[in-house]
Amino acid sequence: MSKFLQKITPELIAEHGFSGDEYRLLTAVLGREPSITELGIFSVMWSEHCSYKSSKVWLRHLPAKGPQVIQGPGENAGVVDLGDGQAAVFKMESHNHPSYIEPYQGAATGVGGIMRDVFTMGARPIANMNALRFGAPDHPKTRHLVAGVVSGIGDYGNCMGVPTVGGETNFDARYNDNILVNAMTVGLVDAERIFKSAAKGVGLPVVYVGSKTGRDGIHGATMASAEFEEASAEKRPTVQVGDPFTEKLLLEACLELMQKDAIVAIQDMGAAGLTSSSVEMADKGGVGIDLDLDRVPTRETAMTAYEMMLSESQERMLMVLKPGAETSAERVFKKWELDFAVVGRTTDTGKLVVRHNGAVQADIPLSALAHAAPVYERPWTPRPKPMPIAPEDVPAPNSVLGVLETMMGSRHLSSRRWIWEQYDHMVMADTVQRPGGDAAVVRVHGSQKGLAISCDVTPRYCAADPYQGAKQAVAECWRNLTATGSDPLAITDCMNFGNPERPEIMGEFVAAVKGMAEACTALSFPVVSGNVSLYNETNGVAIPPTPAVGGIGLIPDVATMATIALTRDGDVLILIGPEGSHLGQSLYQELASGTYEGAPPHVDLDAERQTGDFVRGLIRTGRVSAAHDISDGGLLVTIAEMALAGGRGITFETAPEAPAHAVWFGEDQGRYVVAAAPDEATRILRDASKARVPARVVGKATGETLKLPGEAPLSLDVLRAAHERWLPIFMGGS
Amino acid sequence: MKAAVIVFPGSNCDRDAAVALEAATGRPPAMVWHGDAELPKSDLIVLPGGFSYGDYLRSGAMAAHSPVMHEVIKRAKAGTPVLGICNGFQVLTEARLLPGVLMRNASLKFICKDVHLRVERADTSFTGRYRKGEVVKFAIAHKDGSYFADDETLAHLEGEGCVAFRYCDPQGNVSGEANPNGSRNNIAGIYNETCTVLGLMPHPERLADPALFGTDGAKMFTGLVESLAA
Repeated sequence: MSKFLQKITPELIAEHGFSGDEYRLLTAVLGREPSITELGIFSVMWSEHCSYKSSKVWLRHLPAKGPQVIQGPGENAGVVDLGDGQAAVFKMESHNHPSYIEPYQGAATGVGGIMRDVFTMGARPIANMNALRFGAPDHPKTRHLVAGVVSGIGDYGNCMGVPTVGGETNFDARYNDNILVNAMTVGLVDAERIFKSAAKGVGLPVVYVGSKTGRDGIHGATMASAEFEEASAEKRPTVQVGDPFTEKLLLEACLELMQKDAIVAIQDMGAAGLTSSSVEMADKGGVGIDLDLDRVPTRETAMTAYEMMLSESQERMLMVLKPGAETSAERVFKKWELDFAVVGRTTDTGKLVVRHNGAVQADIPLSALAHAAPVYERPWTPRPKPMPIAPEDVPAPNSVLGVLETMMGSRHLSSRRWIWEQYDHMVMADTVQRPGGDAAVVRVHGSQKGLAISCDVTPRYCAADPYQGAKQAVAECWRNLTATGSDPLAITDCMNFGNPERPEIMGEFVAAVKGMAEACTALSFPVVSGNVSLYNETNGVAIPPTPAVGGIGLIPDVATMATIALTRDGDVLILIGPEGSHLGQSLYQELASGTYEGAPPHVDLDAERQTGDFVRGLIRTGRVSAAHDISDGGLLVTIAEMALAGGRGITFETAPEAPAHAVWFGEDQGRYVVAAAPDEATRILRDASKARVPARVVGKATGETLKLPGEAPLSLDVLRAAHERWLPIFMGGS
Repeated sequence: MKAAVIVFPGSNCDRDAAVALEAATGRPPAMVWHGDAELPKSDLIVLPGGFSYGDYLRSGAMAAHSPVMHEVIKRAKAGTPVLGICNGFQVLTEARLLPGVLMRNASLKFICKDVHLRVERADTSFTGRYRKGEVVKFAIAHKDGSYFADDETLAHLEGEGCVAFRYCDPQGNVSGEANPNGSRNNIAGIYNETCTVLGLMPHPERLADPALFGTDGAKMFTGLVESLAA
């Protein structure tokens, strides 16, 4: 042990997040005590963040196959076929812990990391989205966190020149001490030129490109694998610092090099930096890897092997090149003014060998790092199912339109313009549906094809029933994509949960995976990539289970896509799907009763598919002038959003004999509102009846007010002002 | 018309500008890397939007000293039309081809949205397809877009007819409410004294396609083709 200087004490072992059993396993697979560098390497590779040790056994249940799937989970991102030799590469990832500690840099580097995952595969990123959960508006940190996260996301994506085209934002006290920042990127690639991470071949040069390595982000992966305590703010130095300008150069340089026949394998240095990228590439290629850290470009002096292997400095890539390709590759990176260094070779030893300052600092069998990590079948307890709530048990409103005005101006439903106007959502000049609709749509550059993109989950449903809530998240995403006229293709997921060592949290995770799997299977909507973020809890209090879903859909011709905007006077509005009846866990319930109670709405997956296919058919054949799915807030909110988007008022029909508040505000699933010319509307009702899809006329577009029988009219101007007011006032307050 | 688009490290609207130029001219423009000291013979030079050099130091400050800019400045002074959009406008002020400076927006935030502009004069090679006083819709996307010049420079710009576009409401009223970023006199774009160099913060190339919420921007490029061919 003479070459390994620092003594490994029980304190060091605990600081690196190892349980006693895990450390015993480590020494068994290594056959000796580790050096300090080796201890660090094991700690990140075996961390929850990198090893998925608590979630792995369950994630296998998610469907990942389909004729459209080119690459499922296991690479940097998932890939689906778009036809014509084109493919979409996409993934969503969390950056929750860093964003709470340092919102600007945490969110910015989250966006940078997910874009790297996508362009590592050879794709040009064409759209970003995000799903954000903040605490209660009156929590003292919320405003600071919102400002920092939004600005961080914006500055990074804006500088990269990749449009941030939408997302979703919730405010809920249960996220007070653990916000969620989930970022998604979609890229476009030639299906014949997809780059992967398996370093096949011995004696090949291992090349480091991008920014220099510093001491930032050391132990980021470990931080993301533990709960927060009071002292977590002291972890600020473990948050990385982003430089979008360097990433823009890295993007262009990588895509330029990918045009040449030079790259065997490529992997971005994200969580656990040099360690994770080298281990993954070598392991997937079935080779060993030697690294000479003396050649790694550094921006700080006297960095140790431990620090270099664990640094999470941003905007770096590791590549394995074809023999002799070093010179042409270096030329490309020098043109873009980026560091380029040959830092090692692939070997036939099956080991990771790290040298620094003339000494071997780590010598570990790769299988020990990549496959010997503990896999836990953690105990879990199912959650008792909540009882359904009858509409009659929720107080009825005095004024339906008065409630609408309040809801549209609430923290839940108010306009997110304050956020998305800080994102460049138009750069690349292909954003054909901007933020604010059901899904954003970006054109596939140079063609008439469009990609619809949407991020969804309803945390209050998941909190009440994680199984039903996860099903609903998948179904809502599918529905949002359908409402633009697209064929939903596949999803990526971000599984945000609390501490899996607690059986009730593990039970939430298990239920969510089951619900998600069921919905994905029924809707032919496989999961092609994703990430798991556990330990989102502080002092033993967890976030609501939040399985966020990011989906994409394909529109063959963007000229046929639908938007939510009601633009034509005289058009008839038709509700497609059953009448509203469900108020449990609804926004209306919270408004009327002050709480969320009972079961969330049930998702009938057969009906979901049948209704969605019917609506998509109407859109594709040009029979409807607008379409919008019904989600948060129910039917009336959906129609109000359509009215505001197109600047047309509506005169409503009398609601059917049912509790009026359930008809207008019930959050029953699998429903849409479409608009059509009167003659066409008649034909649509007839066709719906043939297809056994419920449908009825709810009103007609006319004037500049919403008119409901027996109520004072509500002008669009008043409604718009209420809708636009809340977020700017909240963020402008002191 | 032969156009050249200068590409700096960090430019990100170069492709958008090229697409709009090709739609107007029927042929792709030359994409010129900033490190090249040579610039092909061009009837129009475009400095595109983006974050050249990451906006480090000041927006446009480092790009203004790129090798290719020596040639751009020379051509501009010799009368070749130069269009600087967004970051390109910032580069033009840093290169002293246009007076004044673009400061941080009054809100201190990045702003991306469609805005209305009043066309202040229609007799330049950039505005042949517009009418004087016409209200057009372009898009803005910037954090440093608040135009500032001292009183004397401002009076000179106004007196010499160098103001190209002003932010206004949809009816053409130039008001404080219609000013998105705090620019003095609602200035969105200015000319040099010969009206051959135009810098503007809004992006005409983003609203130059019927699928993209408007085509007012396309008229700038078709107008350029017509006037420069004549």
